[in-house]
Amino acid sequence: MKQYLLAVHMVEGAPIPSPEVTEKMYAQVDKINQEIQAAGAWVFAGGLMPADSATVVRSDNGRTTMTDGPFAETKEQLGGFWVLRCEDLDAALAWAARCSEACLGPVEVRPFQDEPEA
Amino acid sequence: MDLDRVYRAEYGRCVATLTRLLGDLGLAEEAVQDAFATALEKWETPPPNPGAWIVTTARHRAIDRLRRESTREARHAQALLLHQRDEPREEAGPVRDDQLRLIFTCCHPALAPDARTALTLRLLGGLEVAEIARAYLVPEATVAQRIVRAKKKIRDAAIPYRVPAADELPDRLPPVLTVLYLMFNEGYAATTGPLIRTDLCAEAIRLARELAALMPDEPEVLGLLALLLLTEARRPARLGPGGELVRLPDQDRTLWNRTLIAEGHALVRRCLRRGRPGPYQIQAAINAVHTDGPATDWRQVLALYDQLQALAPTPIVALNRAVAVAEVHGPAVALATLEDVRLPGYHLLPATRADLLARLGRNTEAAAEYDRAAALAANETERAFLRDRRAAL
Repeated sequence: MKQYLLAVHMVEGAPIPSPEVTEKMYAQVDKINQEIQAAGAWVFAGGLMPADSATVVRSDNGRTTMTDGPFAETKEQLGGFWVLRCEDLDAALAWAARCSEACLGPVEVRPFQDEPEA
Repeated sequence: MDLDRVYRAEYGRCVATLTRLLGDLGLAEEAVQDAFATALEKWETPPPNPGAWIVTTARHRAIDRLRRESTREARHAQALLLHQRDEPREEAGPVRDDQLRLIFTCCHPALAPDARTALTLRLLGGLEVAEIARAYLVPEATVAQRIVRAKKKIRDAAIPYRVPAADELPDRLPPVLTVLYLMFNEGYAATTGPLIRTDLCAEAIRLARELAALMPDEPEVLGLLALLLLTEARRPARLGPGGELVRLPDQDRTLWNRTLIAEGHALVRRCLRRGRPGPYQIQAAINAVHTDGPATDWRQVLALYDQLQALAPTPIVALNRAVAVAEVHGPAVALATLEDVRLPGYHLLPATRADLLARLGRNTEAAAEYDRAAALAANETERAFLRDRRAAL
């Protein structure tokens, strides 16, 4: 089994969807989450606060500095994600299609590195 | 010794089978290459079943190679191989289903389209990186990089090595057919350089034949094979003695390959009987009409283009349909159907318009369209053809 990150991106400055759309999206995501759990593919998932709430911490030679805002200076920022356990990419892509439909946005699928042998 | 012929015929099959045995594409390729290197030393003439010899040798080479390595994956793969040794031993050689699995892996929609073609040619066609680079006129390094990236993604993202289930086929079969179609097309009307590259055409037909043998119930697979065969059949008449392009109505039909035409016609009948027409089947049927009897029945061709347009309303279909419209309803009607067709950068749109304008006696406009077409055509044979047409106005 492999693990895959299914990442959802938010575009900074994009129009905010209406409360009805947001509500519908939450309901759909809840439903797909239940299905993922029932199928045994669930590892973890969550939605993130907007990227302007982020802090970047750098530790270099014992000196720690902090900067306000996200690391990547782009308009597209991680908005939420699933971590799923799947047989192969096809299985992950099949979930991604359904997650994209549920969260009303594109979903990026990325494999995790294999865990090193104990 | 004809090791080259054996290599071309067996390479893809052997890599496919070794991929199943080893669970790793890169390792499978190395093992098969090792085995062919051994064959080069040992064979005076190829054994009766060269594929089985290569598979067995490659498997032994892979075990040797894995014993020298000590990574977890190597140990895992070695365990698998040793385990399989306990199974009833038979020198079965390459398994055809393995090839089908590999085609679907190489043409997986998660891979970039360019990479799919390069990977299919490399792994299933056994073409060297240099040959693929020559065929597509891109630098060798670019092809090598595409292949390396694609193989890395197959491994890292765990793109499966299996034939998709029936309910997945509607999504997964089209990219495979597209790769074979593009491979043939690039060989038949090369973007640049000599117009026809027979090696690419032959390879596309070989793979389409394999696919048709493996999936005889998929009418679009049969349709694609028929389309390629009926197009290939006319190749001997497509260039004149001076290497110039000869148009369909001017072609010497006695030069057409009758065997391929008979095979193509039989395939068209077979797939259309299933009553599930698709774009490749209809294009094959159009080519069947072109190759039936002493001259093309344009009314039938137009009816088929109407069907194709309903199924796949693309600008290319509209363009090809216009040629049939001109034959049935005249050039003025055909020209009107092209009014809203946009194909930026594609030389055959202005070339077709030029031809229609010339038939209407609108020579000044025709000349301008021929110039536009010649400026867009990347292939010298096609440019020469367009200049000649312009000069003949």
